Amino acid sequence: MLEIKDLKASIEGNKILTGINLKVNAGEVHAIMGPNGSGKSTLSSVIAGREEYEIEDGSIDFNGSDIMALSPEERSHKGIFLSFQYPIEIPGVSVSNFLKTSLNESRKAQGLEPMPAGDLLKMMREKMELLEIKKGFLSRSLNQGFSGGEKKRNEIFQMAMLEPKLAILDETDSGLDIDALRIVANGVNKLKSKDNATIVITHYQRLLDYIVPDYVHVLYDGKIVKSGTKELALELEENGYDWIIKEAEGK
Amino acid sequence: MTEEDKILEEVTGAEYKYGFTTDVESDTIPKGLNEDVIRLISKKKEEPQWLLEHRLKAFESWKKMEEPDWANIKYKKPNYQDIIYYAAPKQKKELKSLDELDPEMKKTFDKLGISLDEQKKLAGVAVDFVMDSVSVATSFKDKLGELGIIFCSISEAVKEHPELVKKYLGTVVPTTDNFFSALNSAVFTDGSFCYIPKGVRCPMELSTYFRINQAGTGQFERTLVIADEGSYVSYLEGCTAPMRDENQLHAAVVELIAMNDAEIKYSTVQNWYPGDANGVGGVFNFVTKRGLCHKRSKISWTQVETGSAVTWKYPSCILKGDDSIGEFYSVAVTNNYQQADTGTKMIHLGKNSKSTIISKGICAGKSEGSYRGLVKIQKSAENARNFSQCDSLLMGDKCGSHTFPYIEVKNKSAKIEHEATTSKIGEDQIFYCNQRGIGTEEAIALIVNGYCKDVLNQLPMEFAVEAQKLLAISLEGSVG
Repeated sequence: MLEIKDLKASIEGNKILTGINLKVNAGEVHAIMGPNGSGKSTLSSVIAGREEYEIEDGSIDFNGSDIMALSPEERSHKGIFLSFQYPIEIPGVSVSNFLKTSLNESRKAQGLEPMPAGDLLKMMREKMELLEIKKGFLSRSLNQGFSGGEKKRNEIFQMAMLEPKLAILDETDSGLDIDALRIVANGVNKLKSKDNATIVITHYQRLLDYIVPDYVHVLYDGKIVKSGTKELALELEENGYDWIIKEAEGK
Repeated sequence: MTEEDKILEEVTGAEYKYGFTTDVESDTIPKGLNEDVIRLISKKKEEPQWLLEHRLKAFESWKKMEEPDWANIKYKKPNYQDIIYYAAPKQKKELKSLDELDPEMKKTFDKLGISLDEQKKLAGVAVDFVMDSVSVATSFKDKLGELGIIFCSISEAVKEHPELVKKYLGTVVPTTDNFFSALNSAVFTDGSFCYIPKGVRCPMELSTYFRINQAGTGQFERTLVIADEGSYVSYLEGCTAPMRDENQLHAAVVELIAMNDAEIKYSTVQNWYPGDANGVGGVFNFVTKRGLCHKRSKISWTQVETGSAVTWKYPSCILKGDDSIGEFYSVAVTNNYQQADTGTKMIHLGKNSKSTIISKGICAGKSEGSYRGLVKIQKSAENARNFSQCDSLLMGDKCGSHTFPYIEVKNKSAKIEHEATTSKIGEDQIFYCNQRGIGTEEAIALIVNGYCKDVLNQLPMEFAVEAQKLLAISLEGSVG
């Protein structure tokens, strides 16, 4: 589904990604871990098409076609979803209005008519139940005055509505208490199918108890320096990153 | 160049949609202003003597006045001898129905999206249409007449209802009030008149469209709305003009009178030609709007200001009666080289009088937007209340936004609250929307409409939709 080859990216002259190689197939869950400043969030932004990054080399293929030249919204229309580490506030725009616009713009890109209001409302209700979201949430201004947990839950709510092929969850666990973490993880697991894939970016092993990855990658200094299965995450939890860094620098 | 700048460049190039001219024969008088011109206007309009005297008196005061320069705007002062003060589309007199309209004029309606018939059927909106100096069409008059509501051009009102016009004209905005209102009082050519009788709730929106067509003309319309005791009316005006290299002058006066227990809702969607991307041309919009509130009455001004090269406008309320209410809801957009100095005055005289001010400024391009507001609590205004909120939204870093709030309190029981914020549409917000499949233009429209929601909610439904579209067009892409 997603194939990244030798991806190098920089921002304002600083090299952040120095040669990423990553292949994600449908039905898989990949975890990307790594110390602060290793390039995790940059990688997710670059996949989503954020234009302030300069791509110096490499390629990103999605479902067999090169997406490097596509705008962020075109990538979204193709089924790439990024759950933000810090979701953005838009005052005066209700959650429901934002979702309606988002969903209908995606449908328009696929040549579909806007979703009838009744169907949309029904779908929202179903997904709200999945994420244990209370009534009244839909009419609040997007992310304004939301708690950390509400913001993250809202991200996963949108993901549930848009039904992406590839979901990238950037530090979705940060700012969540244990109950909220379980609800969010539960939602993500229920949305998983053999046709979609998930990339989980996290600092901590904790989230991976709930969203169990097929593969774990360690990002350091803009490169994936080690890949393994979920046991690797446990090892990191126990021993930290130092031994991997030493191993990587020794190469 | 950052992404922000690129988007900004792209977007500030949005074209003005109403820049066409209508090719109808026009009856104009030579340009320039003197007593003879005023006499000629009065004669062409077959006016009674008292009105001519009213005009001449205003002209005498105007000659002694200086053009104000305290506003935060810079423009080349018009040469008042270089303006045509009367231009009327020539057409058959006394239209029985809109079908008799000049076909060119009908095309104008269509281009403006007014479609009088449509509106009649769908929205039940009565429309008065003023092109250059005269009113050319008023719809729905008969139906309103059954309720005793008078809705017609002010020229017609002078002929048909002279007692009402004479009683109220100039009572809220005296001829000597300011430079532009004095000018208007001397040379006004048309505008709308509306009277709602006691206890009548006007069953439909009343609407006037103003259009400057003829080159070299100024538009000086005069609007007078009187809501008698216990009545209610919702009134809307829209304005457009052709694209011209020269600056055209628009100096209107609007007077509202709300008698005891009456309510007037006055909404404006102002979209005069703003000039081109380099700041050439555009309308100078120097307008005096004021309402007088008697006991327990309410006047609510709502304005969406997207057009004009220069705007100088402060719709105000004199809260004379006890328990009266004044409201001002404003969205003012400036882009490219536009300048706006707008706001309101709430003058509290009555006990327990209340006022609310919500002002939302949006500045893009190299424009300058200012909010200027006065809240004045007089000694007699026991327990007066005011709440003001003035927000500014900036797009890019070449525009300027300013706030000049003035507060004068002479009664200690007053409670006044003032809140102000300044924010920017950020790349982060745009990227967030983009990531959810919403393109940049759409994203801006969404964010701006969200920001203006409190004001747009005050507009009648069908105009709120129109205003939303207008905001999107005015700001196409102008984000950072």
